[in-house]
Amino acid sequence: MATRSLLGNDLARTRPPNVGLVGRAKPHHPTAKRANRPDEPIPSNQLRTHIVTQLTDYDTYDFANRRHIGPSPQEMAEMLAVVGAPSLDALIDETVPKSIRQADPLPWPQMTEHAILAKMRNLADKNRVTTSMIGQGYNDTVTPPAIQRNILENPAWYTAYTPYQPEIAQGRLEALLNFQTMISDLTGLPVANASLLDEATACAEAMVMAQRVAKSKAAAFFVDENCHPQNIAVMRTRAAPLGIEIITGAPEDLVPEHVFGAIFQYPGTHGHLRDLTPQIDALHSAKALGIVACDLLALCLLKEPGAMGADIAIGSAQRFGVPLGYGGPHAAFFACADAYKRSMPGRLVGVSVDSQGNKAYRLSLQTREQHIRREKATSNVCTAQALLAVMASFYAVFHGPKGLHHIATHVHAHAVALRDALVASGFAVAPRDIFDTLTVQVGPMQGVIWRAARAEGITLRKVGDDRIGIACDELTDADVLTRLLRAFGIEAQTGALKTDIPDALKRRTDYLTHPIFHMNRAEAEMMRYMRRLADRDLALDRAMIPLGSCTMKLNAAVEMMPVTFPEFGRLHPFAPPEDARGYTEMIDDLASRLCTITGYDSMSMQPNSGAQGEYAGLLTIAAYHRANGDDRNICLIPTSAHGTNPASAMMAGMKVVVVKAAENGDIDLDDFRTKAEAAGDDLAACMITYPSTHGVFEDTVRQVCQITHDHGGQVYLDGANLNALVGLARPGEIGADVSHLNLHKTFCIPHGGGGPGMGPIGVKAHLAPHLPGHSETGGTDPVSAAPYGSASILPISYAYVLMMGGAGLTQATKVAILSANYIAKQLEGAYRVLYKGEAGRIAHECILDTRPYADSAHVTVDDIAKRLMDNGFHAPTMSWPVAGTLMIEPTESEPKPELDRFIDAMLSIREEIRAIETGRIDPENNPLKNAPHTMEDLIRAWDRPYSREAACFPPGAFRVDKYWPPVNRVDNAAGDRNLICTCPPVEAYQEAAE
Amino acid sequence: MKYTEEHEWLDAKDEVITIGITEHAATQLGDVVFIELPDVGREVTKGEEIVVIESVKAASDISAPLDGEITEVNEALAETPGLVNEDAEAAWFFRMTTTTPEEMDGMMDEDGYKEFVGE
Repeated sequence: MATRSLLGNDLARTRPPNVGLVGRAKPHHPTAKRANRPDEPIPSNQLRTHIVTQLTDYDTYDFANRRHIGPSPQEMAEMLAVVGAPSLDALIDETVPKSIRQADPLPWPQMTEHAILAKMRNLADKNRVTTSMIGQGYNDTVTPPAIQRNILENPAWYTAYTPYQPEIAQGRLEALLNFQTMISDLTGLPVANASLLDEATACAEAMVMAQRVAKSKAAAFFVDENCHPQNIAVMRTRAAPLGIEIITGAPEDLVPEHVFGAIFQYPGTHGHLRDLTPQIDALHSAKALGIVACDLLALCLLKEPGAMGADIAIGSAQRFGVPLGYGGPHAAFFACADAYKRSMPGRLVGVSVDSQGNKAYRLSLQTREQHIRREKATSNVCTAQALLAVMASFYAVFHGPKGLHHIATHVHAHAVALRDALVASGFAVAPRDIFDTLTVQVGPMQGVIWRAARAEGITLRKVGDDRIGIACDELTDADVLTRLLRAFGIEAQTGALKTDIPDALKRRTDYLTHPIFHMNRAEAEMMRYMRRLADRDLALDRAMIPLGSCTMKLNAAVEMMPVTFPEFGRLHPFAPPEDARGYTEMIDDLASRLCTITGYDSMSMQPNSGAQGEYAGLLTIAAYHRANGDDRNICLIPTSAHGTNPASAMMAGMKVVVVKAAENGDIDLDDFRTKAEAAGDDLAACMITYPSTHGVFEDTVRQVCQITHDHGGQVYLDGANLNALVGLARPGEIGADVSHLNLHKTFCIPHGGGGPGMGPIGVKAHLAPHLPGHSETGGTDPVSAAPYGSASILPISYAYVLMMGGAGLTQATKVAILSANYIAKQLEGAYRVLYKGEAGRIAHECILDTRPYADSAHVTVDDIAKRLMDNGFHAPTMSWPVAGTLMIEPTESEPKPELDRFIDAMLSIREEIRAIETGRIDPENNPLKNAPHTMEDLIRAWDRPYSREAACFPPGAFRVDKYWPPVNRVDNAAGDRNLICTCPPVEAYQEAAE
Repeated sequence: MKYTEEHEWLDAKDEVITIGITEHAATQLGDVVFIELPDVGREVTKGEEIVVIESVKAASDISAPLDGEITEVNEALAETPGLVNEDAEAAWFFRMTTTTPEEMDGMMDEDGYKEFVGE
C-alpha cells in the first residue's frame, strides 16, 4: 500500500500479526474467506491456519496509530506533501543528524488497551493493601467519590496546563486560591502558596528561605529530632552542598544564637505535642526564624503555628482526601508571615482585576519562577502539585470547617481510646499528650506484636528495636481498634469516645470562615461547582495546547485508569516490600524500558519534578567526582538553557559559567571550548538540552560531550526535549552521562493544571552507585520524601510505553517532528521562523518571531497570545527561549484538522496585524489589543471599530461550541503591586447554611 | 551625571551620590511592581547586590556602583514602585557616600551611555 511505505515501515515490521481467534469466525470481514458457512463447524485443520492468518492491515485496537498519534495515514500524506518530503523517513533523515541515530529499533511489541488494563489489574493484585497505621507523614484518607470522579478522573482538570495564561485558567486559579485560603487559615499565617512537591522538599525550601531572609548571619540550622526521618534526610541532602551545618536535637537543646533558623515537627513524628512559643520567641530574639512542619488535620483542633509566632509553616495536605499512592503525588503546603511573602518559593495565586475592572485571578510574582533568577537563584522550584492541591481544597469545601473539625475529633478520640486501653493494660505509652499518633514501649515483643497486627490486617511502624508507632486516621474505627488491641493481647472494651487535649494547646481561633467553605454540601451543588470551575478553563479536552517545550500530548483515558485502582492508591510509601510487589515489578520494568529508550544503564525514580531531576543528577555527578577525590565545581551552561538549569547547579554547590549561543541559537563551540579549557581541572559538568531549546538538532552535540569529557567533566543532558529523540537517538549513546526524563511531557503523565510531574534520572553505569538513596530502602542523600517519588502516577507512563510498543514510540517521535515542520511550513509565509537545522528543518517545535510587529503595529507577543483565546486556543510558549517570540510544539497527538484550525487562527491574526500596519484599524483599539473578548462584550455597549462577530468569532473559533474566556485581559502589574492571596470577601455575604 | 554598564545613573553633589536606574533600563524591565531597598547606614562594597527590583517581566538586582555607605533611601519608591516607569530620572533609589570617588571619573557620560545602549 502506497501510504504505508510513505509513512515509514517500522510499524509494519514489528507489529505482531492480527491473529484470528480459535472457533470465532468473522464472516463479516471481507478478507476472512473460508468455504464453510457460518453455522457449520470449522474443520480442525482449518483452525490451525486461522491462528496465523492476518485478517487485514487495519488493526481496530492499534493504540499507537488509531488513538495516540493524531494524524491519520491520509492526513500524514497530505502533511508530507506540504512539507515537501517524499516520505516520513526521508523527512526524519533530513532532520535528525545521521551521526546520532541509534542503530537498533526499540524492541517490544504493542499492546491493546484491554490487554494493558488486564496487565495493570494483575500488577495491582500483587500489591497488598492493609490498614496502614504507619503514619510518619502519610495517613489513609477517604477521597470523596464526588472529588475522585469530578476532579481526579476528569480530563477538564487533569489535562490543563499551568495557569500562566490567567484569562483561560480562572477555574483552577479559584480552586487554588481556595487552597491558599485554607492553608492560611489553618496555619494562622497570612500568605500561603499554591503548593510544593512534598513535605520533605518543603522543609528544605523553608530552610533555604530562612537563610536568605534571616537577619542572623549564623551558618547553622536547627532540626528538631522529632521531625519525620525523611524530612531530616532531605534537609541534610540540601544543606550539604550549600555549606549549611545541620544541628539536630530536642527542642530544649536549641541555642538560638548558633542558628539562622530552626524547624520543629508538630505533632512530632512519634506523636509529641508541644507549644513551641518559647523556642520561637528565643529564635526571634536572636534574629533567627522559627519554622513549624505541621499536620493540617491536627490544626483543626490544635493551637496553630501562627499563634505560636512561627514565621513559616509547611506540611502535607495528603490526608485531605488525596490517596497515599505509595508516596505521592500529594500537595505540600508552605505558608509564611507577611514580611517574607516575596521570598516565598513556588507559585502564588493572587487577585487582580481585568481590563473592565472585574475581579480576576492570576499567578502573582511570576518573575520568581518563570524567569528564575538563574545562577542567582536559591531555589529551582518552578512547579506545584496543582491537581492534588485542588483535590485537597475541594475536600475542605466538601466538608467545611464543621466537617473537618468532626473528622479531626474522630481521629483524635480514637487515638485517645487506644492510648487509654494500652495504658490500662500496663503498656508504657509516650507521649501522653497526643493528637493521632502514639508510641508504645514493647521491648523484645516488637516483632511479635508487629506480626500479630499484620495477621489482623494492620501495618504498624517499627520504631527503633523496642517500640511501635501507631497513627490513627479518618478510617480508624471501633473495628480497627479491636483488631489492633487484639494484636497487643488486649480485649477491647466499649466505652464513650472522648477528646483529651491540654488547654494550652487547644485552638482558640476560627478557620475556613469564607463563604466558599460554607456552601450547600449537597452533591448536586458540589458537582456543579466543580463543573462551573472546569468550564472556565481551556484544557486539552477542548483544544490543542501548542506549548513549546511543554509537550502537551494526549493523556489517554486508559493510561489514567489504574491511577485510581485502590491497590495503587492506598499503599503507604513505607509499607513492607512484600506489600508492594506489583509496584516493584512495574517500577523495575518501566525503569528498564526507559534505560533502553535513553541508552542509560540505571534509573532513579525518586525525583518528582523535572527541576528536581536536574538537581538530583548534578548531585550524582558531584558525588562521583568526590568519590574520585576530585574537587570539581564548575558547571558550563549555555545562555539558551532552561532557567532551572543554573538554579539546580547552584543548589548542587556548583559555580555556573555561562556559554554563549551562536547567532543561530546553537551553542558557540569556540566559546564552549575556551570556557572548558579555562575551567580545566575544576570542570565538573556541562548542562545541555538536546535537541536545543531553540528546537534544532545541533550537529555539534557529540563534540560538546567530547570536549567536556576531555577535561574530566560529566555531561548532563536535559531531557525536556526527549519527545524528539525517543526511538531515533539515545542521550546515553550521544555522549551524555545523565539526563532527567519529564514523564509528564514525553511519557503522558498529564500536567494536572500545574503538577504533578515526575523527573526520574537515567545515568551511565559509572554514576549508578551515586544515585540518590532513601533511608527507607537502605540508602542516603534522598531528594524526595518517598523512595519512588510520585509512584502512583507511574502506571500512566508504563501503560503508554507498553501500549505504544517500540515501533509506536518511534512513530510518535517522527510524527511529532512532521507536525512541527508542517506548522512551520504553513506559517513561514506569514511569520519568520527562527532557527532551522542545516537542511532547513526544525525538530519537534518551532519559534515564530513576533518582535517586528511591536514596531510595525504596536502588537506584542502578549496581544497575540490573548487573541488566540478568542480563536479558541491556548497560546504557545511566550518569550522563551527568545523574548518576544512564540514557541510552538504540536506533539504527535493532534489530528490534522486541529493543526489546520490553529494555522488558520495564526494566519488570521497575521491579517489583523496587517490591518494595523496598513492603517485600516486603530493601533490601540483593535481586536488584538482588546483580546480576549468575553460573552459580556456581546451585550455591552459597543463602540469599537470592528464588529462583535469579528471580536468573538475569528477563524478557528467554534460557533456552537465556542469557548468563552470568563474575564477580559488581566492586569498583571496591579496584581503584583497589591498582593491579595486569599479568597476576597464576598460583598453579598450570605449567612452560612450551617 | 554618570552612567554604569549596569544601567544605573549616578548624580554626585557635595560628597553625596544619588543613584537610580536609567529610562532605558526601566523600559526594558516593564512595569516595576516591587522594590526592596537597603538599610540606611549599611556599608557596601562595589558590585554587592543591594537592591531587589521586580517587574512583571523579570526579577533583578542593583549592585552598589562604588564602595561606601548608604545614607538615605527613597521610601516613596518602595511604596509606589511604578514611579520608576513614570520618570526614571526622578525616581532615585538611594544615596551614598563613597571612599572611592575617583572611580566615577572612569564611568560613562550621557553620550557614552547612549552609545552603549545603541541609541
